[in-house]
Amino acid sequence: MDTYEPHIYELSALGKHGTNLPRLDVPEAALPTALLRQDGMNDFPELTEPEVMRHYTRISQRNASPDTMMYPLGSCTMKATPKLHEEVARYAGFAAAHPLQDESLSQGALQLMYELQDYLGEISGFEAVSLQPAAGAQGEFTGILAFRAYHLDRGDDDRTEVLVPNAAHGTNPATAAMVGLKVVELKSDARGNVDMDDLRAKLSPRTAGLMLTNPNTLGLFEDQIVEICQLVHDAGGLMYGDGANFNAILGIAKPGELGFDFMHYNLHKTFTTPHGGGGPGSGAVGCTAELAPFLPGPRVRQTASGSYELFTPEKSIGRMKAFHGNFAMLVRAWTYIRTLGAAGLREVSEIAVLNANYVRVKLKDLYPQAVDRICMHETVLKGQIAGAQGIRTLDIAKRLIDYGFHPPTVYFPLIVPEALMIEPTETEGKRTLDIFIQAMRDIAREAVETPDVLHDAPTTAPVRRLDEVRAARQPILRYNAAAFAQILNER
Amino acid sequence: MSHYISITATERAEMLKAIGIASTDDMFVDVPEAWRFPALDLPAPMSEPELVRALLERSNKNAHVHTHSIFLGAGAYNHFVPTAIDQILRRGEYYTSYTPYQPEISQGTLQAIFEYQSMICSLTGMEIANASHYDGATALAEAAIMALNVTRNRRKIVVARSVNPQYRAVLRTYLQGLDIEVVGDETPGSSIDDALALVDKQTALLIVQSPDFFGRMHDLRGLADKVQAQGALLCVHFDPIALGLFQTPAEVGADIATAEGQPLGLGLNFGGPYLGIFTTRQKHVHKIAGRIVGVTKDVDGQLAYVLTLRAREQDIRRERATSNICTNQGLMALAATVYMSLMGRQGMRKVAELCYHRAHYAAEAIARLPGYQVEPGTFFKEFVVHCPRPVAEINAALREHQMIGGYDLAEDEPTLGNAMLLAVTEMNSKAEIDRLVELLGQFD
Ligand SMILES: Cc1ncc(COP(=O)(O)O)c(C=O)c1O
Repeated sequence: MDTYEPHIYELSALGKHGTNLPRLDVPEAALPTALLRQDGMNDFPELTEPEVMRHYTRISQRNASPDTMMYPLGSCTMKATPKLHEEVARYAGFAAAHPLQDESLSQGALQLMYELQDYLGEISGFEAVSLQPAAGAQGEFTGILAFRAYHLDRGDDDRTEVLVPNAAHGTNPATAAMVGLKVVELKSDARGNVDMDDLRAKLSPRTAGLMLTNPNTLGLFEDQIVEICQLVHDAGGLMYGDGANFNAILGIAKPGELGFDFMHYNLHKTFTTPHGGGGPGSGAVGCTAELAPFLPGPRVRQTASGSYELFTPEKSIGRMKAFHGNFAMLVRAWTYIRTLGAAGLREVSEIAVLNANYVRVKLKDLYPQAVDRICMHETVLKGQIAGAQGIRTLDIAKRLIDYGFHPPTVYFPLIVPEALMIEPTETEGKRTLDIFIQAMRDIAREAVETPDVLHDAPTTAPVRRLDEVRAARQPILRYNAAAFAQILNER
Repeated sequence: MSHYISITATERAEMLKAIGIASTDDMFVDVPEAWRFPALDLPAPMSEPELVRALLERSNKNAHVHTHSIFLGAGAYNHFVPTAIDQILRRGEYYTSYTPYQPEISQGTLQAIFEYQSMICSLTGMEIANASHYDGATALAEAAIMALNVTRNRRKIVVARSVNPQYRAVLRTYLQGLDIEVVGDETPGSSIDDALALVDKQTALLIVQSPDFFGRMHDLRGLADKVQAQGALLCVHFDPIALGLFQTPAEVGADIATAEGQPLGLGLNFGGPYLGIFTTRQKHVHKIAGRIVGVTKDVDGQLAYVLTLRAREQDIRRERATSNICTNQGLMALAATVYMSLMGRQGMRKVAELCYHRAHYAAEAIARLPGYQVEPGTFFKEFVVHCPRPVAEINAALREHQMIGGYDLAEDEPTLGNAMLLAVTEMNSKAEIDRLVELLGQFD
């Protein structure tokens, strides 16, 4: 079936419109002619509402999503999105309130933020929370800026290095660079943890801090975490926790108690706010009392009279973005925490970890594990199937599409060759897990017996494998009628 | 067991057996025992009806555009949000999926982003657009970082005072570790020309905003030549709604153009999520931050969309990436795309006209009130009003009449005296404006 849906510009016919706007009910004022736009905006599309609806509905059907299939994209925690959240976040007092309206007119929104600060602090063992950062990477940026400011504030001027394990997510080293600090890479040991000797060797009076994901990107809990924190603190450094994997340890451990000084939460992972095809997220951050004065403002506090107000911490690193964070995401996270409570959150982590281990033990005979250990919420396997020739992890991932699954994260962490990072989340039931496991086992057999089936995969998706080199060599980054016609005619 | 969990007690037991452990607690032996299973002191769980009640209670404590007439802008605007947008955003195929790393099953998201890039280019006249930043402020800060990378070895960013103060604050946050001098905005009332005078061979970027924070539109023709003569780049921060009618950043030769995309059908959302729009020249494509979608073919020759030029991004380049951005504001870019599709060429123009004419109607009426003066100059939908009383006092009185007045400039620009920044959009009817004028007339 050819499902090609034209670019919206190809559906346009000048003279239509898709909205019903207010009429001009005031006299026209003179326009400043020198400032008028010169072109007629003639390539801008014009369609009716039904045409727009059909177009965006049709292309939506060319997407896989967690609403339609298991989406075990490791490190991204693609759990189900509760439908209640989509309703409550749109209540008019949230969705149609202005961020700068007087605080007396925003007490409900500020109360919700205050409560969420409190809950997130409690769940992670931190003293203070700022809800401002827009995503995990911005939370990291916030934290490392705060580390820098903290050291400088103490007159500790030479802390110019950030230690980052070689298994870390790319945002960690990229963040350190944005703060102007030098990245010092740490090795991992045979058990998939931070190499303690390497850590000792690389800690120095130049160490601003260590950025650690725990559970780490191999899906393993750093069991020497208390000692790691101790070593870093003894060297005068601070501990940053990348909370992308927090879904494994709700009610299991509190990073603040383990010795972390600062951490971001990915509310779009652990706390169900939807991933939106790439965003928006929320990268709220928590930290110790010592670092709280450096948090970005505004935060919310309660006054003596019981009302809520915004304030900026005294030594704040500044704003990370305009206004108060991705507020609509905060409403969803609040709702999730209040839905589950303490026991429900712990159950989330228990089942997330159970599901990952179940998949691990059912596949480890065919797909070698990166490390043979009980894993946390995700397991990292290798797409190195015994007896299969010329098969790469990419082929396995693409074949999974034909079996009706979104592929796991592939080729991350970078230290594992042919990595397949599987994170089922607590959303999946055993029946779905068993079908997934069977699909992976069938693919392993096909890899040996009929490898071309894998090389040709996917065959059931809206398009087949793409020529990514062409996209980069002859970049077409906006609609271009000639370039589109050329591709369509070449067929 | 919560209604989000699908593993029964029997299945749990079977799975534990398969794993070879006795209980779920045994999965957590790597967590140091002293810190394992801490108590979480959280409120008791609530049922769905209870949650609805609790959330309505909080929502109802807030004023919003349906309870109040609103003349407040300052970076977030009460523009029309066509109903159809949310119908699209609520499709699970869009909002529950993630970054389109697997293009074969992500053509919906990819095509939508590509159409967003196309429309943003048509709207601004700029050559390329990326897939979004967190908001207008961070798009602008990333523009500065890109300019530093493009111009190399320059350590100065010049920003005009009339750029939104929150954006200037974010710019300083972003650059604080990079040993960069940010200048140009220290003196109250200083102009774009004053900022331009600071652009020299050390300068990577001049940042201006038009319409600026005070609503004024500037004729920026000729500015780019002067900036580029120093080897620096020009960034113009614009209002996407104004472009339905007015000068585009491309027409004035901007090297980079950024905007807050919130006016494009995103609603107010108490400040977020919004949309950072980022555009620049094709020649800088390898230096831009964030995701970008291109076009190619599949093995059967079908046209298809894919994330491209990825060797700039953090997952590949790590500390040498152009930015650390990963998650962006994808769904908000989709909202803006549907908005622009619904509006079309005529609709974009009409919204701009409505804003312009209604704002001017309001300004003229207020200027006639004794004790009030409207700051002179060409403006779009926002303007500064000098008031006879402190703005806080006037706004408190307006609140009594279910009206949210303009932004109080007392903190950002104390030298302006009792100055209010009023925003008027296509959502403010003539009757509403007349009522505002009537209420303002009670002060003098
Ligand atoms: C381990 C890890 N760290 C950091 C991030 C960055 O978070 P975000 O995408 O929210 O910026 C991710 C997200 O993919 C991640 O998996």
